[in-house]
Amino acid sequence: MDTVYYIVQNMLPVAIPLLLVALGGMFSERSGVINIALEGIMLVGAFIGALVIRNVQTSSINPQFLFLWAMIVAALGGILYSMLLSFAAVNMKANQTITGTSMNMLIPAIILLFSKMKFNSDGVTTNISLYIRKVPLLGDIPFIGDLFFQNTYLTVYIGAIMLVLATILLYKTKFGLRLRATGEHPHAVESVGISVSKMRYLGVGLSGLLGGIGGYFYSVGVIDSNISGHSGVAGFGFLALAVMIFGQWKPIRILFAALFFAFLRTLAYSIPLIPFLDNLGINQTYYKILPYLATLIVLIFSSKRSRAPKSAGIPYDKGQR
Amino acid sequence: MGSSFGGTLLAIFVGLIFGLIVMLLANPVDAFYGFTEMIFGGFTRFPDVLYFATPILMTGLSVGFAFKMGLFNIGASGQYTMGLFFALFVGFMMPMSAEIHWIVAVLAGFVGGMLMGAIPGILKAFLNVNEVISSIMLNYIGMFLIDMWIQGNSTMYNPVMTRTRYLPKSVQLDTLGFAGSNLNTGLLIAVGVAILLFVVMEYTTFGYELKATGYNKNASQYAGINYRRNTVLTMIISGGLAGLGGALFILAPSAIAGSSMTYEPINVIAANGFNGIAVALLGNSHPIGIVFSSIFVSHLQRGGTLANLVGYKVEIIDVVISVIIYFSAFALLLSQYIVKRIASKKEDANKDIKPISEKEAK
Repeated sequence: MDTVYYIVQNMLPVAIPLLLVALGGMFSERSGVINIALEGIMLVGAFIGALVIRNVQTSSINPQFLFLWAMIVAALGGILYSMLLSFAAVNMKANQTITGTSMNMLIPAIILLFSKMKFNSDGVTTNISLYIRKVPLLGDIPFIGDLFFQNTYLTVYIGAIMLVLATILLYKTKFGLRLRATGEHPHAVESVGISVSKMRYLGVGLSGLLGGIGGYFYSVGVIDSNISGHSGVAGFGFLALAVMIFGQWKPIRILFAALFFAFLRTLAYSIPLIPFLDNLGINQTYYKILPYLATLIVLIFSSKRSRAPKSAGIPYDKGQR
Repeated sequence: MGSSFGGTLLAIFVGLIFGLIVMLLANPVDAFYGFTEMIFGGFTRFPDVLYFATPILMTGLSVGFAFKMGLFNIGASGQYTMGLFFALFVGFMMPMSAEIHWIVAVLAGFVGGMLMGAIPGILKAFLNVNEVISSIMLNYIGMFLIDMWIQGNSTMYNPVMTRTRYLPKSVQLDTLGFAGSNLNTGLLIAVGVAILLFVVMEYTTFGYELKATGYNKNASQYAGINYRRNTVLTMIISGGLAGLGGALFILAPSAIAGSSMTYEPINVIAANGFNGIAVALLGNSHPIGIVFSSIFVSHLQRGGTLANLVGYKVEIIDVVISVIIYFSAFALLLSQYIVKRIASKKEDANKDIKPISEKEAK
């Protein structure tokens, strides 16, 4: 039973960044823009969040408030950075994959450059403890308390709230309806007087918001509030894209896909703690490969019948019918 | 300037200006000195520029070749590393006579890359898997596997140096004999491959089919071009080219410390694959253009190591290169826009002299 608790407790902080970033990708693609830049946007959020924490960590304010403050700044950073993509994709009708790739390459270089010159290191290290041993009251509930309210981070609860908000936004609001329509048939949207450019800017902006927050949550929940320009976010932005495809661009399915990937990764990194798997004596590397290999296999099974938004990746041309 | 070449120049210009701004922000005192080193420093060590251009020429050809068919081979890094590993394996584990050893190693690199490139190709053609995501995943899988294989092999790996050992003499590429340089036959092979690719693209049915598919997938299928077969073939060749780049990199003898001949398995995805994307875009995916753009990118990188001497880190070059890629994705449109603006301004000024073009005259 302890192993189950351990896996779930460690899995959730990993699943939340994947979930948020995949939701971000969903909003972007639902508006018709493929967002390969999610990896870079995550790194922006993680970097800015860590910088904020580094500057305020010595103050006497409760660390959890500092965390919220850094989260907001990381979200703004993500939005700003994502505007590079919308400008290229919407105004300049550029190839969205190339633009995204360049954005992914730019940020690690900037982090390394900045950190090497300012801190003489490969990234930003902070000294703050955001770990929650036990949530008061809720943590005492038998079973559920053990699973969800012990040894965790605030990221898990904020992530859960954001999933609810994102689902409502996509399915229950006027904006959501318009966004979904823009991804499917932009000309129909334009014909009733809604600006396709505006919808795409908003869709990409949402992916910037969620990507920035997701990146910061990755740094908090997975690598102890630090970030390095070399290892970055370890391909989580790309994993999130796979999560999005596996989740068929639908929020709740994306949640399950994110949990699945997070489970595999947690398993891979906790082999020494699980006697049964440890005794098998399989090289650690195979477990490290597992999430990436699983992505590949999942893509093989879900791509054939995948229903991507129809206009995703195609620049909008008013004159085209 | 409204041509694609003009667009490329514009992108390079913007990238360099952005680099200058970053340098000014980081350290205003030495910025202009560092900047001139970055731009002109490469000229002082031209053989080195060519030496380092060889692997990115190959990855550039790899990415560019796939581009022509409308495929984005971001997996060049993984294919490159696999080629590198195959060449290492032949070099260490399969002793042969010196005449053929290096040839076998180079070919092994090509095969390694082909195997790695075939996977996303097959997945794309038959199962509609997005080649971008599948090849990114393969970059990680390949990198982890290769690092494990190398670390587990004491003939190849030197645990004290945390690097692979020096390859036996028989498998090293011959130098071209320029004094004080490491330039070797790898460059000739790479340029030869570029020319061969040019011929394939321009003068063969396969090349024609490839480009037709790149322009319009549906129309080409309607015309009877086998999309699936060509997708798989393109990715196999593209992978092989990147793998060849890895082999030429690792088999090239070098006196520059830590630069070549050895591989450090530290779980980092090879940067030369991503540089290949920049090279391919700047060269407009044209094999001969790529020869020149690889030299240009390598030139910038050499300049960057010189700017390092006044305190700017080498990463400044990666910043410049990624900005160049960003702008080259829409440079054509931007340059046409600028040309139009200039033209219309001129028109305003000389309204009663003559119209600029026939279209506007009507």
